[in-house]
Amino acid sequence: MPDRPPVPPVLALHRVSKSFGAVRALHEVSLELFAGEAHALAGENGAGKSTLVKILSGLHRPDAGRILLDGEPAEFHGPADAQRAGVAVIYQEPTLFPDLSVTENIFMGRQPRARFGRIDRPAARRRAAALFAGLGVQLDPDQPARGLSIADQQLVEIAKALSRDARVLIMDEPTAALSGNEVARLFGVVEALRARGCAVLFVSHRLEEIFELCRRVTTLRDGAFVSGDLIADMTPDDLVRRMVGREPEALFPKLDTVPGQVALAVRRLTREGVFTDVSFEVRAGEVVALAGLVGAGRSEVARAVFGVDRPDAGRVEVGGRRLRPASPSAAMAAGLALVPEDRRQQGLIMDLSIERNIALAGLPAVRRGPLISRAAERARAHDWAVRLRLKFARLADPVGVLSGGNQQKVVLAKWLARKPSVLIVDEPTRGIDVGTKAEVHRLLSELAAGGVAVLMISSELPEVLGMADRVLVMHEGRLVADIPRAEATEESVMAAATGRGAA
Amino acid sequence: MSGRETGLAAPAAESAAAPAPPPRGDRLVSRVARVRELGIVVALVLLFAVTGAVNPGFLSPDSLRDILLNSSIVAVLAIGQTLVVITRNVDLSVSSVVGLSAFGGALVLADHPGVPAPLVIAGCVLLGALCGAVNGLLVGVAAVPALVATLGTLYAFRGVDYAWAGGRQVNAADMPEGFLALGSASVLGLPLLALVALAVLLAVGWALRNLPPGRELYAIGSNPEAAVLAGIRVRRRVVAAFVASGALAGLAGAMWAARFGTVDATVATGKELDVIAAVVVGGVAIFGGSGTVYGAVLGAVLLASISSALAVLRVDALAQTAINGALIITAIVLDRVLALRVAAALRRRRYRDAA
Amino acid sequence: MPREAAGGAAAPRDPAGRLIRRWEGLILVLLVTVTLWASAGVDGFANASNVSFLLLDTTEIALMALTMTLVVVAAEIDLSVASTLGLSCAVLGWLWNAGLAIELIMPICLLTGALCGAVNGVLVTRLGLPSLAVTIGTFALYRGLAYVILGDQAVADLPPAYTGLATQTFGPVPLATVLVAVLAALAATVLHATGLGRSIFALGANEEAAHFAGVRVKRIKFWLFVASGACAALASLVYTFRYASARADNGVGLELAVVAAVLLGGVSIFGGRGTLPGVLMAVLLLGVVRNALILADVANEVLNFVTGLLLVASVLAPNLGAIRRRRHLPTPSEGKSVP
Repeated sequence: MPDRPPVPPVLALHRVSKSFGAVRALHEVSLELFAGEAHALAGENGAGKSTLVKILSGLHRPDAGRILLDGEPAEFHGPADAQRAGVAVIYQEPTLFPDLSVTENIFMGRQPRARFGRIDRPAARRRAAALFAGLGVQLDPDQPARGLSIADQQLVEIAKALSRDARVLIMDEPTAALSGNEVARLFGVVEALRARGCAVLFVSHRLEEIFELCRRVTTLRDGAFVSGDLIADMTPDDLVRRMVGREPEALFPKLDTVPGQVALAVRRLTREGVFTDVSFEVRAGEVVALAGLVGAGRSEVARAVFGVDRPDAGRVEVGGRRLRPASPSAAMAAGLALVPEDRRQQGLIMDLSIERNIALAGLPAVRRGPLISRAAERARAHDWAVRLRLKFARLADPVGVLSGGNQQKVVLAKWLARKPSVLIVDEPTRGIDVGTKAEVHRLLSELAAGGVAVLMISSELPEVLGMADRVLVMHEGRLVADIPRAEATEESVMAAATGRGAA
Repeated sequence: MSGRETGLAAPAAESAAAPAPPPRGDRLVSRVARVRELGIVVALVLLFAVTGAVNPGFLSPDSLRDILLNSSIVAVLAIGQTLVVITRNVDLSVSSVVGLSAFGGALVLADHPGVPAPLVIAGCVLLGALCGAVNGLLVGVAAVPALVATLGTLYAFRGVDYAWAGGRQVNAADMPEGFLALGSASVLGLPLLALVALAVLLAVGWALRNLPPGRELYAIGSNPEAAVLAGIRVRRRVVAAFVASGALAGLAGAMWAARFGTVDATVATGKELDVIAAVVVGGVAIFGGSGTVYGAVLGAVLLASISSALAVLRVDALAQTAINGALIITAIVLDRVLALRVAAALRRRRYRDAA
Repeated sequence: MPREAAGGAAAPRDPAGRLIRRWEGLILVLLVTVTLWASAGVDGFANASNVSFLLLDTTEIALMALTMTLVVVAAEIDLSVASTLGLSCAVLGWLWNAGLAIELIMPICLLTGALCGAVNGVLVTRLGLPSLAVTIGTFALYRGLAYVILGDQAVADLPPAYTGLATQTFGPVPLATVLVAVLAALAATVLHATGLGRSIFALGANEEAAHFAGVRVKRIKFWLFVASGACAALASLVYTFRYASARADNGVGLELAVVAAVLLGGVSIFGGRGTLPGVLMAVLLLGVVRNALILADVANEVLNFVTGLLLVASVLAPNLGAIRRRRHLPTPSEGKSVP
């Protein structure tokens, strides 16, 4: 490994392997974290990053290989052991106790004690206040964690790590749900920690962040160690090559189409506290992207349009006919389909088989008389599985055994089998492998060419710019820009998304 | 994936923006919690005022003493139940543990009058703790849902009780005077049993608020996954909560034997409903994570008072079950509506702060 | 390339699925074994009148278990069934005392049951309350209302035409068992062969995803609770006529047997899994065990002990493997439990 400092790493993994049943999650992976250094962990979804984090945090025990603490072999029997060793983990979804105060959240498990073993509340409160002052944030230590924003919750997590005098700070995709300001604030805090001598392991999908924050990067692919490099020695394209194992390529085969009639019209849609006065139209054959920062209200608009949530005001028209609000079944009957943001939680039922997942959105179509025809159910699933080139062993297997990309294909199959006239896709390529990503883009393009109105929510600018005929941009719950394909650039979309737009 | 797959992160230039002032959600949330306990006190005052107006005898010292005595046993059980419910579990088996412990204690006293009362009481507590340990192991270690496990042991423990009793009944006459005196004794004008309940209340209330294991129970109920991540020994704490609930049920069994003197295998059948009603009415969230033993005990006192008031108002005692049910439903509906209000208020407030 | 499974949940779940499919086999083997053992070892077990008594004796539990299966597969629970049965009995006794025709009373009873279920359903679906808490409340409420309506009297002078019908048998098979068989076939068809059944499994396994797929989650749950209440009322009619006695405390504690049968039959308490044939076998198994113990002169309360044990065991058994596994794989979700 290049440029190795003279002191041993604070925390290291040496040829660690971990399997779950027949699935090999990690194979002989090594990693070294040095004091005062930020280290990135890169890799596609399913590359084994979370498993590695869980081993470092004591949640999983490796099947083979060693954990080294200051160069000495160590064993973590549980999260408590890892914490005692000075390892603090900040998860993507903060793990706070909503019913307890911020102070209690910080010190849970190791509260300062007064006499008779009782908790020294004033001392805890003082220390919490001091931690927040040190972080330069205004949070009331007595406030309950319920109702904190995700960003504030992460600050509480960081305060927790600081209070433990953590020597190793592991951050698992901490920026996924943060806005730009919040990311900047988080990075400031992390930078300060690093300067104080903390070792930081930073897991992120966002290459830009890796290059901004880290000195070293370890890349995983399919559970195996690919390389360890100094960031200074590489370009983003190098890193992508290591992650995906091939050349990055242009992935967006956009077909030109002539937009037809208005298929979906959204008029002054409002959901209090979430989004306000949103109006737009999508025409048949058009691909319209809905862009914006995470938290701008894009997915929430999609949910309200599809009827998952009840809007407080406004209406939705499909093919010129007003839709009954808050009824996904009415939306489906009108020809709407929604491929939701969270595949595992909203898109699929993991325990159910592939065929039943696909049939679920079209039960009347597989009915013979009052009963379900298993043959029709299977035929419907098989038809679409083949068309989407789904990789599966048997259609009766639970959908949970498929890879992320194939799961996404099942979600698409489930909705495309309904032959929708309007297709809303929310982050259609998040966390799926590059090959499948290109297939999904081609599919969306072909659907539009075939006359389907496509509304695509995406956080990936290249995807937005490559796919869309038109880009709608949301900022803090409002639609602030409608940019035609010719004028849509990274700059114009970002300007609108951050509220600096000309619109 | 291209090299620019970055998400739409805003440039760092904006980081200079001042942090938003802290939201005031805490006051709202704690106000709601206080509303609940205050609400019970108001309900109690109203109940006493109305019933007292109809029949002044309801407010006589004897009557009040009776209400205190009646609520003591349920109060002790409600304290134990609170410990369990806070961890997002439930213990339906308490009434059977009371029955088992009451019968066991009475049997020992009747057959071996020489055994000192404190030893018998300790035995009752130990028997209860054992039953609690069975529940705790099933729930905490074997991961059987608490509802199913304790519904099973509710009948299993009662079955043991029946098998042990074999139809036998222990009467007051069979038991030593000294033990029975405990049930009716007074200290400074207050019934001894009520003082026992008060002592348990203060001790558990203090521990829940001030000792780390107490706070950890709240943490477990509030977010079980986070509790694991925080290094809390979740299984151990859950088992401990069940053992404590069992031990308190054992104590309540001894109190029952001392108060009523006549004990058979049917003792306390169905009491689990009173206990759960008391806890839920007292503002302990059935989803875990919040609530106090003080609220639960207030709930127990309210239920006992209603029961006495019904007698005074000559309402059929059979209505008590229906009233318990109605109170449980009212309490959870009220909690839910309040929680939805708070959530909506927080949502609007955050939106205002952001705008 | 099932790497995604490395995240945790999916991989260890699959063997559990296979176990549950084998679970019904296990119950069947147990049922046959216990029946053979009882036939050989318990006096008076293997004769026509006892068999018909055994079948008759499981009628109410079987009826309530049918709808309870659907409710539990939908990841809810209805603890108020036995109390609904009691309330329906009380209504029957009260109206009979008031002089109404029994043919008019019976539909009123069924409506009462449906109404009880509807109250549960509204509280669960409209207010989003956990069904466990709601039905513990209505468990007390409905039984309490039964006492309020009928007090502690027993109404026994019921028309012999109906009490006779309730104990009527064809050979060893009681008429009531025919009723159970018909309704069981109906319930099994609904659950395993219709779109509604598919939807019930889907919403029980993942309510949010089912909602996103257009399944009318709230409506289905509401009607499941209504069906549960109506079935309990139907069971109350059989119960009342069978014992020729309408009392407010009819069927106290039956919810234990019903829940025990459903869980013993392999339905997951967390929803999304289970089969009706499994539950029916479990009902029979419980019935055979209780019957054999009664013949062996074991007291009723001790029978409850056995039922309680079986209930715990049926949930414990699939978990034992998990405990051993967890030693290697302490996932954060292990602390989860249903309150």
